[in-house]
Amino acid sequence: MFADYMINAWIATSLVAVAAGMVGFFVVVRGAAFAAHALPLGAFPGLAAAWLLGIAPWSLILAFAGLGAFGLARSGEKAPHHTATALWLVSMLALGNLLLSRMHAYSNAVFAVLFGEVLGVSNTQVLAVAAIVAVTVIAMALLYRPLLLSTLSPDLAAAAALPERRIATLFLLIVALVTSAALPLVGASIVFSLMVGPASAARLMTDRPGWALGLSVLLALSTVWSALALAYEADWPIGAFVGVMGAVWYGVGRIVRWQSGRLRRG
Amino acid sequence: MTLLSFLPAGFLDSGPVQRALVTGAVAAVISAIAGVLTLIRGQSFAGHALTDVSAAGGAAAVLFGAGPLAGFLAGALVGGFGMETVELRRRSERDLVAGIMLGLGLGVSALILGRIVSSGSNGGAPVTILFGSLFILPPGVILPVSICGAVAVVLAALFTRPLLLAALDPDLLTVQGGSPRLMRLVHLTMLALAVAVSSLTVGAILSTAFLIGPAATATRLSARPGRTMALAAILGLIAGWGGILMSYKSYDWTDGHAWPVSFCIVALIVAAHLLLPPVFGRLLKPRQKG
Amino acid sequence: MDQDALRVDGLFLSRSGRTVLSGVSFALAPGSFCGLIGVNGSGKTTLIRALLGLLPADAGGIEGAARGHRALGYVPQKIDADPYMPLRARDVVALGFDGHRYGLPLPSRRRRDRVAAMLAAVGADAFADRRLGDLSGGQQQRIFIAHALVREPQLLLLDEPLANLDMPSIAGIVSVLKRIARESGVTVLISSHDVNPLVGALDRVIYLAGGGAVSGRPDEVLRSGVLSRLYGHHIDVLRVHGRLVIVPAGETHPIAPDEPHVERLE
Repeated sequence: MFADYMINAWIATSLVAVAAGMVGFFVVVRGAAFAAHALPLGAFPGLAAAWLLGIAPWSLILAFAGLGAFGLARSGEKAPHHTATALWLVSMLALGNLLLSRMHAYSNAVFAVLFGEVLGVSNTQVLAVAAIVAVTVIAMALLYRPLLLSTLSPDLAAAAALPERRIATLFLLIVALVTSAALPLVGASIVFSLMVGPASAARLMTDRPGWALGLSVLLALSTVWSALALAYEADWPIGAFVGVMGAVWYGVGRIVRWQSGRLRRG
Repeated sequence: MTLLSFLPAGFLDSGPVQRALVTGAVAAVISAIAGVLTLIRGQSFAGHALTDVSAAGGAAAVLFGAGPLAGFLAGALVGGFGMETVELRRRSERDLVAGIMLGLGLGVSALILGRIVSSGSNGGAPVTILFGSLFILPPGVILPVSICGAVAVVLAALFTRPLLLAALDPDLLTVQGGSPRLMRLVHLTMLALAVAVSSLTVGAILSTAFLIGPAATATRLSARPGRTMALAAILGLIAGWGGILMSYKSYDWTDGHAWPVSFCIVALIVAAHLLLPPVFGRLLKPRQKG
Repeated sequence: MDQDALRVDGLFLSRSGRTVLSGVSFALAPGSFCGLIGVNGSGKTTLIRALLGLLPADAGGIEGAARGHRALGYVPQKIDADPYMPLRARDVVALGFDGHRYGLPLPSRRRRDRVAAMLAAVGADAFADRRLGDLSGGQQQRIFIAHALVREPQLLLLDEPLANLDMPSIAGIVSVLKRIARESGVTVLISSHDVNPLVGALDRVIYLAGGGAVSGRPDEVLRSGVLSRLYGHHIDVLRVHGRLVIVPAGETHPIAPDEPHVERLE
C-alpha cells in the first residue's frame, strides 16, 4: 500500500484534500456549489487541448479555470437562475468533447478528466501541486476574516470598506486554482466531492468557524486516505468512494445537527 | 423540394438519421417544457445534478445488458425523489444537496463504468453514457422514446397552470386548493423524462444544455409562460435537428472526420442564447414600464 | 473639532435614475438619540447608505466628526442568518472588531475583552456562545448592535432594526440603544416606519416625506401643521390611546394653520 509508486499518490491527494477542505468550507457556507462544480469541469477543454498538443496541462487548465472564474464573478455566483454557470459548463464540456473526438484513447481520456490518474503521479507533478496548494492556503488565510464577514452580510462588508465584489472574484479564482491543481491527478468529480462533502458535515458539527474549517480539512484527508486504501485493497476506483463519502458526510452532518438541536431543546 | 435538396443525399432515408431526428425532437420538446419550469423554480443546478445521477442509472443498465434509456430514467427518478426527501429551508442548501447528489451519481457512475471498461466488453460505454449515442441508437428505441415524450406532453397539458403557479409561489397554489407537493412530484417526473431522453441524445453530461439553454433563451425573448415554453421547444428542435445535420455534413468539412453530434447541438444552443436575445429581445418582449 | 456629530446640507440623492431625496438638511448632536422616520419608500435606506459612503450624493454635503467607515457603526436592514453557518454570536461581534482585516485572527486579549464587554452592554451574555442562526430576531438584533459598536464608532446607524420584532424585544432594543447613547456618548440614528415604539425615547426626529425632511424635537416635528407643509397636503396627527397616528386626510383638504394640532381623542 505504501510502495514507491504509491507514495506520490498519497502525498498529492493529501495536498489536494487540504486545499479542497479549506476552500470547500467557504464554497459550502457561501452557497457556491454550482460554481465549484462548473469551474473544474470548465477546464476540460484545457486538459483535452494539452493532450492533443502533447504538452503539460497546467497552464491550459489554469487559463480555462481562470477564465471561468472571471466569467462567473461577472455574472454573479449567486444569480438566481444560474443560467450563465450552466451554459458555461455545457459549452466547455462540448468543446472538450470536440477536441477529444480527435483522439484514439477517447474513452480513457473522458474517464481521466472526471476521475484522474492518481497512480501515475510524477515527482514534478507533486511539486507543482505542492506549490499551488501553498498559494491557496496562504490566500485563504489572508482572506479568512473578510470572507466570513461578506458571507454573513455583504452589506456589513461594504460598510467596513471591504471591496466586496473583488473578494468574491478572488474567491472564485482560488476555487479555480485548487481545481487546476487537482484536475490532472484526481479529476473534476473527486475534487468537487472533496470540496462539498466534508465541509457540509463540518459546518454542522461545531459552532465555531475556525474549528469547522479545520474539521473540514480533517474529514477531507480521512476521505482520500480511506479512498486510496480501498483502491489498493479492493480495487475500487477512488472516485466512487469519494463520491459516496460526500453523501455519507452530508447525512452525518444533518444527524449531528438534529441531535444537538434535540439536546438543546431538552 | 428546393429546401430538401439542401440536405445531403440519402440523409432522410438513413435509418440511424431517422431515429436521431425523432429522438432529438422528443428530447428538445420535453426539455423545453421542463426547463422553463426549472428556471422559474431557480433549480438549474438540481436539474444538472439529475443528469449525473441518471448517468449512473444508464451505466448500470449497460452493465446488465439492458438499454440505457430505462437506466437513465430510473436513475433520474431515484435522484429526483432522493433530493425531494431531504428537508430544505434555503436555496443555498438545495444547491448543496444537488451537489452532493451529483458527486454521488458521478462516483457510482465511475464504479460501474470502470467495471464495464475493465471487463473489456464495451470500451465505448463511458462515452456513450456521458456524451450520447445519437447515431448508433437501435431500431427499437423509437417506441419507448415516443412514450416518454407522450407522457411528458400529457402531464404538461393536464397541469400547466398549477405547475406554473407552484413554481412561482407554492402558497398561492395552496390557497387555491392545489397541492404544491404533488406539483413538485409532477415537475420531477417531467424533469426525469427530459433528462433521460436527452441523455440518449447528447449524453448525460450535456443534457443540461437541452434543459437550460433553450429555456433560458426563450425566457429572455418572451414574458408569457405558454409562449416561452413553445419558443423554447422550437429553439430546441432547431438546435437538435440543426446539430444532427451539422454533424452529418462535418464529415465532408474536415476530411472524413465527423464532429461529435453533441458538440454540434450544444454549439447551436449556446450560439442561439448569445445571439438571439440581443437581436430580437426588444422585438418580441414588450418593454417594461418605469 | 466639529460640534455636530453629523451635518447634512441640501443633500440630493437618487437611486437608479430616480431622485429620492431633494434638498435634505439636518444636524445631529453628539450623544443624541435620533429617529429617522418615514413610510416605506421615503428614502430612509438611501439616506443611510449615503451616510455610510456607499452612495454618492448628487448635490449637497455630509460633514461632521462622524465621517469615514471607522467612525460609523452600521446595522443593516435585514440579515438572513443561515442556521447552518458555523458562527457564534461571539464570532459575529469579533468580526465587527477586525473582520475587515486580512490575515488570520491571532489570539488577542484586547479583542476578547472588547467583545465580552460589548456582549454584556447589549445584554447578550446568556446566548453569546450560541449559533447566530439559532437565535431569535431580537437576540440577533442585539448581536448586530454589538457588532456595530465594538470598534467604538461615533455614530451608530440602524436601518429599521425594529421591523419584524415582537413588542418586548422592541422595548429591550430601544432601552439598550438609549442607554448606549447616554452612557458612551455615541450618536444613534435609527430608522423606522413607525414612530410609536421610539417616540418616548427620542431626542430628535428627522421626518422624511416627499423627498424632503423636517427635523427637531419630537414635539416640534410631530404636529399636523409641520407635517402638512412637508407632505404638501393636510395631515392629521392624532393621539389614540397613547399612540400617535399620522393620517393623510386627502389632497383636497387645505393645509392646516400652524396651530397645536395634536388632538386628544381619548
